[in-house]
Amino acid sequence: MRFVTELKADATADLVFRVCPMHLLEPVDLIKDLKTGQVLEILTDYDGALEDIPAWCDKNGQEFLGVGEDEDEDFYKLYIRKLH
Amino acid sequence: MKRVYLDHAAATPVRREVLEAMLPYFRERFGNPSAVYDLGSEIKDVLEEQREKVARLINAHRDEVVFTSSGAEANNLAIKGVALANLKKGRRIIISAIEHHSVLNAARYLEKFHDFEATFLPVDKYGLVEPERLRKSLSPETLLVSIQHASNEVGTIQNIRELAAVCREQGVIFHTDAVATAGQVPVDVKDLQVDLLTLNGPALGAPKGVGTLFFRHKTRLVPQIHGGIQENGRRGGTENVPAIVGLGEAAVLARQELAGKAKYLTGLRDLLVAGVKERVPCVVHTGHPTQRLPGHVSFCIEGIEGEALVFMLTSQGIYANTGSACASKALKTSPVLCALGIHPELAQGSVVFTFNTDNSAEDVNYVLYHLPLAVGRLRSFSPVWRKRTAAAVGE
Repeated sequence: MRFVTELKADATADLVFRVCPMHLLEPVDLIKDLKTGQVLEILTDYDGALEDIPAWCDKNGQEFLGVGEDEDEDFYKLYIRKLH
Repeated sequence: MKRVYLDHAAATPVRREVLEAMLPYFRERFGNPSAVYDLGSEIKDVLEEQREKVARLINAHRDEVVFTSSGAEANNLAIKGVALANLKKGRRIIISAIEHHSVLNAARYLEKFHDFEATFLPVDKYGLVEPERLRKSLSPETLLVSIQHASNEVGTIQNIRELAAVCREQGVIFHTDAVATAGQVPVDVKDLQVDLLTLNGPALGAPKGVGTLFFRHKTRLVPQIHGGIQENGRRGGTENVPAIVGLGEAAVLARQELAGKAKYLTGLRDLLVAGVKERVPCVVHTGHPTQRLPGHVSFCIEGIEGEALVFMLTSQGIYANTGSACASKALKTSPVLCALGIHPELAQGSVVFTFNTDNSAEDVNYVLYHLPLAVGRLRSFSPVWRKRTAAAVGE
């Protein structure tokens, strides 16, 4: 797993406490509204997202930047850069 | 026999326009909104239209609206959902002493199973929570405050804007249960500055079985009904589409009719209040005299029991209540009336009339004819009343 620090996001999908597969459905919608090169931040407490989000990026030609390091939070922050 | 139904806070008939809007969704348009084919996706679009209609009624964004099965469920989602989503921020919750059982018992649940501390904020003699008292009761551990917009038992409308402002200053999440006020007085979440707000379908003329929780953007909620991704992953279970369509239609009508309805109901309310004052001695009006729901009249009548009066009125075709619909069957002294400082003996004589636009001045006059007779009859065999009148003669 790639870890990143202090990444500035252009949009955030807050999916904390929202059930699977919302971590895949809502980012797909949000990324449509971003420009190429912009970064989407996904907040989720769902462990499966650590596999699902990178896999979705691979499959859809988007860049998975990594997981934010923040030990104070009970959820993950995942970052995607829109490539197309 | 004439029938005069004056218990609209407990149940209201579904409006004709609402029922007509709902009917296609029982048979022709029955698809599951989560299905991917057109029979389902069309219904998903219909659901989103209803979300927009309900959001407009309260000046919210449609993404801030989650449909539930009732106001009680929405209150549970607000209290438990927010509390469990923010455990790190604090484990103290403050509610007023006169909240609905769905708020009260959700708070008690958090105390019992999740180590929360629940504080019950006293009210004044009208049932109002003082903003300053709320401010003093906040502590760094306070996560959430819940104070109802209006009491369905005594009719008082709280100063929610001021109370929410106190919480906002301290970064405390604020919820209000607006079941009693929506469709009766303006309910605008931007004006009130609340973070969460509960609505109930039946209060607006929609069927039973549907409610709504407004949650301000970025307010996290732990789902209380675990299931699929319905309601954007915030509430599992296939949506009750016909009832939600009914709620959407009722919300549109409520928005259109609000000003006229409030004026009409206030007229009926004031007519009944004035008439009772004139015809029945030793009656105490409960709640605030003016800052109250337009169609709501509540009294405590000395020397009688509210249940007996309600039964006696029913025999004349008049349907009223002794308090909240949930509490009245328990035959206990109302905790709401006790919180207002009303003596338990007087609180036994509680009676509540709640109007809707299908009521008329003729209905009020019918009540004003039968109510004094029923009270007189009940008092004639009441030892409490006899003792009281003997004492008065002795004076």
